[in-house]
Amino acid sequence: MGPIAMRLRLRSSAPLAATAAIFMALFGGAATAFEGFGSTFVLADLLTENAFLGVAALGMTLVIISGGIDLSVGSVIGFTSIFVASLITDHGLPPLVAWAMALVAGTVFGAVMGLVIARFKLPPFLATLCGLFFARGMAFVVRNESVRIDHPFYDTLGDVGVPLGGGAELTLSAMIFLGLFLVVLLVSRVTRFGRNLYAIGGDEDSALLMGLPVTRTKVAVYAFNGFCSALAGIVLTLYTDSGNPTSATAVELDAIAAVVIGGTLLSGGVGFVTGTLLGVLIYGTIYQITYFANLPASLGSITIGGLLLAFIVLQKWLGRAPAD
Amino acid sequence: MTDAGDDSAGPPALLRAEAVTKSFPGVKALAGVDFDVRAGEVHALMGENGAGKSTLIKVLSGVHRPDAGRVELDGRPVRPDSPASAEASGISTVFQELTLVPRLSIAENIVLGRQPGRCGFVSWRASYRRAAAAAARVGLDVDLRTEVGSCSTAVRQMVAIARAVDLDAKLLVLDEPTSSLDEGESQALFDVMRRLKESGLGLVFVTHFLDQVYAVTDRITVLRNGKKVGTYRTAELPRVELIGKMLGKDDREVEDLDEPSLGRVGVKGTPGDAVLRASGLGRDGAMNPFDLEVRSGEVVGLAGLLGSGRTEVLRLCFGLDRPTAGTLAVGGTTLAPPTPRRAIACGAAFCPEDRKGEGLLLDLSVRENIALAIQASRGVRASLSIDAQRELAGRFVSALRIKCPSVEARVGDLSGGNQQKVLLARWLAMEPAVLLLDEPTRGIDIGAKADVAGLVAELADAGMAVLFVSSELDEVVQSCDRVAVLRDRVKLGELTGPDLREDRIVRMIAGRHGD
Amino acid sequence: MGTDAEPATDPPAPRRRPFSGAKGGFIWPLCGLIALLVFNYFTSPSFFSLEIRDGHLYGSLVDIFNRGSIGIVLAVGMTLVIATGGVDLSVGSVMAISGAIAALMLGDVGAGPVVAGFCGIVAATFAGLVNGFLVAVVRVQPIVATLVLMVSGRGIARFITGERVIALRDDADATAFEAIGTGHVFGLPVPALLAVGLFLATLVIVRRTVLGVFVTAVGANERASRAAGLQGRNVKLAAYAFCGFCAGLAGLIDVANIRAADTINSGVFTELDAIFAVVVGGTVLTGGRFTLLGSFVGALLLQTLLTTMYSYGVAADTAPIYKSLVILMVCLLQSREFRDAFRWGRSP
Repeated sequence: MGPIAMRLRLRSSAPLAATAAIFMALFGGAATAFEGFGSTFVLADLLTENAFLGVAALGMTLVIISGGIDLSVGSVIGFTSIFVASLITDHGLPPLVAWAMALVAGTVFGAVMGLVIARFKLPPFLATLCGLFFARGMAFVVRNESVRIDHPFYDTLGDVGVPLGGGAELTLSAMIFLGLFLVVLLVSRVTRFGRNLYAIGGDEDSALLMGLPVTRTKVAVYAFNGFCSALAGIVLTLYTDSGNPTSATAVELDAIAAVVIGGTLLSGGVGFVTGTLLGVLIYGTIYQITYFANLPASLGSITIGGLLLAFIVLQKWLGRAPAD
Repeated sequence: MTDAGDDSAGPPALLRAEAVTKSFPGVKALAGVDFDVRAGEVHALMGENGAGKSTLIKVLSGVHRPDAGRVELDGRPVRPDSPASAEASGISTVFQELTLVPRLSIAENIVLGRQPGRCGFVSWRASYRRAAAAAARVGLDVDLRTEVGSCSTAVRQMVAIARAVDLDAKLLVLDEPTSSLDEGESQALFDVMRRLKESGLGLVFVTHFLDQVYAVTDRITVLRNGKKVGTYRTAELPRVELIGKMLGKDDREVEDLDEPSLGRVGVKGTPGDAVLRASGLGRDGAMNPFDLEVRSGEVVGLAGLLGSGRTEVLRLCFGLDRPTAGTLAVGGTTLAPPTPRRAIACGAAFCPEDRKGEGLLLDLSVRENIALAIQASRGVRASLSIDAQRELAGRFVSALRIKCPSVEARVGDLSGGNQQKVLLARWLAMEPAVLLLDEPTRGIDIGAKADVAGLVAELADAGMAVLFVSSELDEVVQSCDRVAVLRDRVKLGELTGPDLREDRIVRMIAGRHGD
Repeated sequence: MGTDAEPATDPPAPRRRPFSGAKGGFIWPLCGLIALLVFNYFTSPSFFSLEIRDGHLYGSLVDIFNRGSIGIVLAVGMTLVIATGGVDLSVGSVMAISGAIAALMLGDVGAGPVVAGFCGIVAATFAGLVNGFLVAVVRVQPIVATLVLMVSGRGIARFITGERVIALRDDADATAFEAIGTGHVFGLPVPALLAVGLFLATLVIVRRTVLGVFVTAVGANERASRAAGLQGRNVKLAAYAFCGFCAGLAGLIDVANIRAADTINSGVFTELDAIFAVVVGGTVLTGGRFTLLGSFVGALLLQTLLTTMYSYGVAADTAPIYKSLVILMVCLLQSREFRDAFRWGRSP
């Protein structure tokens, strides 16, 4: 009974604590090992460079909490980036209009996948794989080459920044990321929609028998993730000042990795939005370290795979039913 | 004796269900059942497997829609088409598999889906207040922030009840709430049930435990094979009669069962060595430790009501469930720990009650199903050729008179009786030393029943040991040499020889309050 | 006595819907394949023409088998994994690992073509075993378990190659190795022969031994299999290892084909093609009954679709749109809820 009780007590907080500890250790270790790592510049850089990944990971967090998965994220980001760039550069639309159109397109696209999953019971990974192909193909339909965005509005946005001290600035991308973080945190904690996600991911049959709107909630969460993916695509155009149909390939995997390293259970029902923020920072820190230490970037992705495995096994151990 | 279901002396019915009929493909689960519950009473719903209890509950709670019949609550017709709409009209159900979300807190489980708040936002403070009120109503006194998954079954049960009565429930249906509670926990539950009853709720209580029925209920409705046997006042229905009604015996039959319906006729020779020996075998929460011995050439029956532990005994004896106490020896070898694979290697074979879930592979052919166990024991390298399998399957198809278009027919397309025979054939092909049969005649037609019964006798005569579970008492008495009687997961004793009579079994199950 | 009240509960089981199970499932993709071929027959007459140049057979049909070889090889392995009720998302990454190791052995180590190929396949099989261990022993959901290798496998491949594209050299060993991807035997392209050979060998083994039944049994109902004395764990381990083996072979073909180990692009999205070939072929994702022939047809159908689209000037970049729509449609047709919603083939 002893170890089981301990495990039960651990399991609500352990993953998040582990994530926080890993981030501190990584960042702290790197700050002592490399000169200039522990600066606000690097921190601001982490947030800016990984903003689009973070935005995608926040949406993914909610999907995974609901017990699903969305593999179309990278393709939707790629589509959005070229779509927005083409609307602005080729068609001369104002950026805000282009953004609105992209966000609507992403949301509708997500909702359609959600409908297929919730209504026709297709496995989420299969339905969103179709979405992955479709969105990537559509990106090439828009333009099959990179398009630069040369618009005064983008130049203005590029100058927006909140000083962090030490000369570093929080860019608009980073602010969008942090803003969305607060929104998603709120949604997951104090809305019925958010709580229903946890219930559905925890036990869908029970949720149905409890009278929760299962189908509606699932459609909504994929729609929201479509919105987040489109937003991530927009953030990407802010960062690169261009759109590219090949961009963000396989970003969904990075997003899933960040979510899981953040302590969210891939089988659903348990998840920490704060953990995802930390997960994205861990992800960024690992690549920063490989950069600072002049190590191959592939070592970074191996490390992330190892962390992923460690978290999956940890969760498996913590999640075992007391009866076992 | 008296059918109190129709007497108009009592208060008006809170719930009245009339001529409720529900069929599933191939089975008429409910055939025109009338049922009523009064405000302020606890009404037990009793019956063996397939009696229709769970179907009736699911109709009331909106999981199933009835094919025919009507349901009235407080005089107004209700047609719930989902658990949510049933709750909205005042019928709340606590299912046996508690519908809770384990990784959320107690408070959240109580208020989930109806949290106080505005515009889709949840007010946690108000939620906790409301959950606390609901918890107080059922006397639940724990930290409401605890994760449900880390609570004991008893607490979870209370959480589910608190959730159910949080709405303005008029009728509360409890589906086997005590099946995994201990004595003290059950008593606490009864206190809550009495309190709810006094507050004017009608309660429907499904259980297998007779003591509990007599401790807490006002009336009893017995169902059997989808039909209503009758509704009785608990105080006026002796235990023996209740058991008789559940097992399909007439009142008078139980009283007058003095013509000795002796065990298996024509027992040849004396039983040989013990092939299966369980010593102190048991599993926490499933079956109390028991001793059991089955010798070669002997048919041993397990008698008891549903939930008495009869299926659990078989599962433990085959290694399907891991025991928490005792040892199991098959064919003289002690299995440590018992697993199906080890048990099979020592000569055990098991036909489960849930043929489709744990026995046959419906998508595979008759040939593949019959050859499966033999193939599994031989391994991939020594697999039988298709021709050898055909020959094997063909032999059993004709020996057991399995009706199938060919041995390549899909087992899922066969009738229940023939599926049962395929399962038997799988094990007979292994030439086992001991055969464990759980309700082998359940849901199959009369001809196939006779075939199976005849086969069991033949096998025993040929020296096989058979351990046999059936909820048909006459079947148990007719086919067995010896019967172990179970009640409430305890083995009470064994009957053999002249003692092996239906009335003795019924009285033994009824226990000390037998008369 | 007691049996009097027993209703006759022995009705014939409901008839199976045609084409819904795995057995007849490949009828649909076969129809699709034939329809595509007929379409091509009438619209592009050259589609069916075969010619022999330098003793090698050429033509669109040969091309479909040749280009579809990787898809077929992966689909064969994936079929068995899906039949056990699992899925392997890591085959693309495993392809990259196998190719990278083979190229390294050929180039930097200087091993012969056989040793190089062997090492690549052994590494891939080991990767499959790791997946199998996570699924069957640690009991992690298959999607989650294989995701780990999907994420990190490509990183491993890039790491061992030092993040460069390893081009095969122009020596005899490398040329011999390239035969896997570009050679001809009896005038037929080697990749196509390998794919068809692997398919046939697997088909025979699965049919002739009890392996196929074991895989189906474990995938259809693990509890019932356990009760029959089957060791589901070993069956699953074997299926994942075999899937890794197939991915390894596909990785070798890929490297030999482009004469280089490109760890960034090798095998990208092939896991999706493989899964789709299996699903389109009529094996259901929940496990149980499977059809290798269906997967074979499914892989050919996808390749024919692509070849047809290319011949109509659809860019390789946008072809996935149509591919995804075809796949979505097939999956929806297999969904009971979808049929019910449109009252198709609904049983009473």
